[in-house]
Amino acid sequence: MRKSTLFFTFLAAAVLALGLVLAEARVRMRGELPHLRQEVRVVQTLGLTDLCLATEARHTRHPSQADWHSAFQSHPGALDHFPSGSVLLPPERVLKGYGAPLR
Amino acid sequence: MIELQEVRKVFHAGRPNEQVAVAGVSLTLEAGKLTVFRGPSGSGKTTLLSLIGCMARPTSGRIFLKGREITSLPVRFLTDLRRRTFGFIFQQFHLLAGVSVLENVMLPAYPLGEKYRHLRARALGWLERLGLLSKAGAKAEWLSGGEAQRVAIARALINDPDILIADEPTAHLDTRLSREFMALMADFRAAGTTILIASHDPLVHEAPAVDRVVDLRDGRLLTPEAPG
Amino acid sequence: MGPLFAKQRYLLDFALSCLWRRRGKNLALLTVYTLVVFAVASVMFFTQALKREAALVLGATPELLVQKLTLGRHDLIPADYTHRIREIRGVGQVTGRLWGYYYDPQVRANYTVLAPQGVEVPERTVLVGAGIARVRHLTRGATLTFQGYDGKPYSFQVRGVLSPESELLSADLILMSAADLRRLFGLPEGLYTDLTVAVANPREVSTVAAKIQELYPDTRPIVREEIRRTYEAAFDWRAGILLAVLSGALLAFLIFAWDKAAGLSAEERREIGLLKALGWDTAEVLQLKFWEGAVVSLTAFFLGTVGACLHVFVAPAPLFAPVIKGWSILYPRFRLTPFISLFDLGILFFFTVVPYTVATIVPVWRAASMDPDQVMRS
Repeated sequence: MRKSTLFFTFLAAAVLALGLVLAEARVRMRGELPHLRQEVRVVQTLGLTDLCLATEARHTRHPSQADWHSAFQSHPGALDHFPSGSVLLPPERVLKGYGAPLR
Repeated sequence: MIELQEVRKVFHAGRPNEQVAVAGVSLTLEAGKLTVFRGPSGSGKTTLLSLIGCMARPTSGRIFLKGREITSLPVRFLTDLRRRTFGFIFQQFHLLAGVSVLENVMLPAYPLGEKYRHLRARALGWLERLGLLSKAGAKAEWLSGGEAQRVAIARALINDPDILIADEPTAHLDTRLSREFMALMADFRAAGTTILIASHDPLVHEAPAVDRVVDLRDGRLLTPEAPG
Repeated sequence: MGPLFAKQRYLLDFALSCLWRRRGKNLALLTVYTLVVFAVASVMFFTQALKREAALVLGATPELLVQKLTLGRHDLIPADYTHRIREIRGVGQVTGRLWGYYYDPQVRANYTVLAPQGVEVPERTVLVGAGIARVRHLTRGATLTFQGYDGKPYSFQVRGVLSPESELLSADLILMSAADLRRLFGLPEGLYTDLTVAVANPREVSTVAAKIQELYPDTRPIVREEIRRTYEAAFDWRAGILLAVLSGALLAFLIFAWDKAAGLSAEERREIGLLKALGWDTAEVLQLKFWEGAVVSLTAFFLGTVGACLHVFVAPAPLFAPVIKGWSILYPRFRLTPFISLFDLGILFFFTVVPYTVATIVPVWRAASMDPDQVMRS
C-alpha cells in the first residue's frame, strides 16, 4: 500500500475520532442541561455567589466576595500565591485549632 | 540536434576566485549518437554537460536543442524541458539512502503527476530489464556498486528521455562492470537515445558503440569544429 | 484524479518516506509535539468549560450585594443599613445574609457555613455538602460537633447531605438555622455578613450601587457583572500559571523543533540539491517540506486534541484538576459540562499546525533555490 494511503486513512480516522468526541460532547452537554438547571436553582435558593472550586482560602473559595487583603487572612494551611505564603508556615497552634491555648 | 555557439561559463565572475570552466565552445551534436567528452579533470567536461542538460545557464553564448534556443528560457520552462528531455547519471550515483530502490527510481517522475499505476509499472519494467526486480523493495544503501549504478540508470530513464547524460559513469566500477555499462549504453543508442558521456576512462572512449570522441582541455575543444 | 492531485500525492508519499527514514528523531519530535498540544488543549478545554459553567450558573446570583468594610477588611454589616437602602428608588427586597467560614482542624479543611433564606433548617440540625460528607464520612443521622466561639462543643444532627449533582457549588456548605449560626459564632442579633439587594430593572443596578456607596461610604457594593468578570479573570489567571509551568516544556519543544527544522544538515542540503538535479522545481522541494511539516503537525494536533478531550471530559482532568482547583483539602468532585467551541478548536489548530509547518519550510527556502548543477560539481 502507498504511504499516502496509510496517512489518509490515519487522517480520516483522526478526523472521525475528533468528530465523534465532539459529537459525544455535544450530546452530553444537552444531557447536562437539567443538571445545570438544578445548579441554577441551588444558586437561587441559597443565594450563592461563587463556585466551590478551591476551599483553602476565602479569596479562592469566594473570589467575588473577597477584598484585596483577604489573601492575608486565609486558611492557615493554604499555599498562597504570594511568595511569602509559600515559605512561611502558619504557627502550629493555628493548625491545631483556633481555640488552642497560646504557649 | 544539439548546437552550441561560443558557449562560455565563468564561475565566481569578478571575484578573486574567478574560474573559467568553459571558454567558448562551438559544437554540433547529432541525435541518436553516442558522444564521449574526453579530457583531464578540470577540462570543463562536467560543466559542459550541465550546460547542455539545462542544469545551469552559460555566462555567454547560445545553446539550441532541436532547433530551439534554450539559453533564454525562463526557469520554469527550463526545468520542465530538462525533466522531459534529459536523464542524468551522476558520478557518485547519488541514490537517496533510507528510501527503497523503487522510490529512488520513481523520484524524477513525481513532479509530473502521472498515474501511480503507470509510473510504478514503468519503474518496475526498467528494474526488471536491468536485473534488479528482486531489489525493488530494498533500501538503496544495501546495494553493491554495480547495482547502485543500474538503479541510477533506471532512475535516469524513468521519464523516457531523448538524451542520456552520464558524468564519469565508470569512475567507481571495475572493468567488468564498466564493460557492462558501455554495453547497456550501446543498447540504448541502438534504440535511438542520444548519449553524452564525460569520461577520461579509456574503457569508455574505446568502446565499440562510441560514435564520436570530443577532446577538451582548459574549457576549449582541442580540435575546433569547422564553422557551418 | 487530476495530475495536480497525483503530484501532491507523490510528494506526500515521498515526504512520508523521508520522515520514516529518520524515524527515531521524528517520532521523538512527534511525541513531544503531541504532548504539548495535549497540554495546551487540556488547559483550554478545562478553563473554557469552567468559565462557561460559571457564567451560566452564577447568572442567578443576587443582582447586588453590599459588604461593609472596616480597615480594608470585610466586616459585619448592621441590620439598620437595610432601611435606608430599601428607600432607594428601584430597590426591591433587601435581605441580610448570614454566612462565614469554619476551619475543621480534624481534617484541616475549610467549610462555608450558611444560614439560607430559601431553605428551612430546624435548630440543632445541619445539611452538609457532599464534599464534607465524603471527607468526614457523614451520613444522614450522624452527629457533627463544632467548636464554638467560646471553645465549647456544639453538636448538630446531620439532617441530610446536599445533592452531589450541585457539588461544584455546594461541596463545602454547611446549612444551619440563623439562630444556630449566631449561637455557634457568638454573633449578636442585628448584624449580618452582608446584604443582598434585589433590583428589578437590570439597567438601574449600577445607579443603585452608586447611591448605596454615597449613602454608606464604608460599604462595597458588588454587582453581578463583577462576579462574572471575577470568574473570567480567575480562570485566565490560573490557566496562566499552568501555561507558565508548561512554558518550560513549550520552550524545550521550540528549541527541539527549531533544531530539527531550521538546522538543515549538510546531508539534507545535499539531498535537496539532488532533487533539483533530478528535475525538481524549487516550488516542488518546498511543497515536499510543506508535507513533511504538515504530516507531523496534523498528527500531533489530532492526537493531542482527541487526547485532551478524553482527558478533560471523559476522565475528569486527573492531571490538571489539582492545579486549577487550587490546593484545597476539600475539593468538589464534579463532572464538567463539555462546552467546546469550534472557534477555540480553530485557534488551537492555527497555532499548532501553522507555525511548525512554516518553520519547516522557511529554512529550506535557500537550499531549495540552489542551482541544480551543484550536485554535478561536488
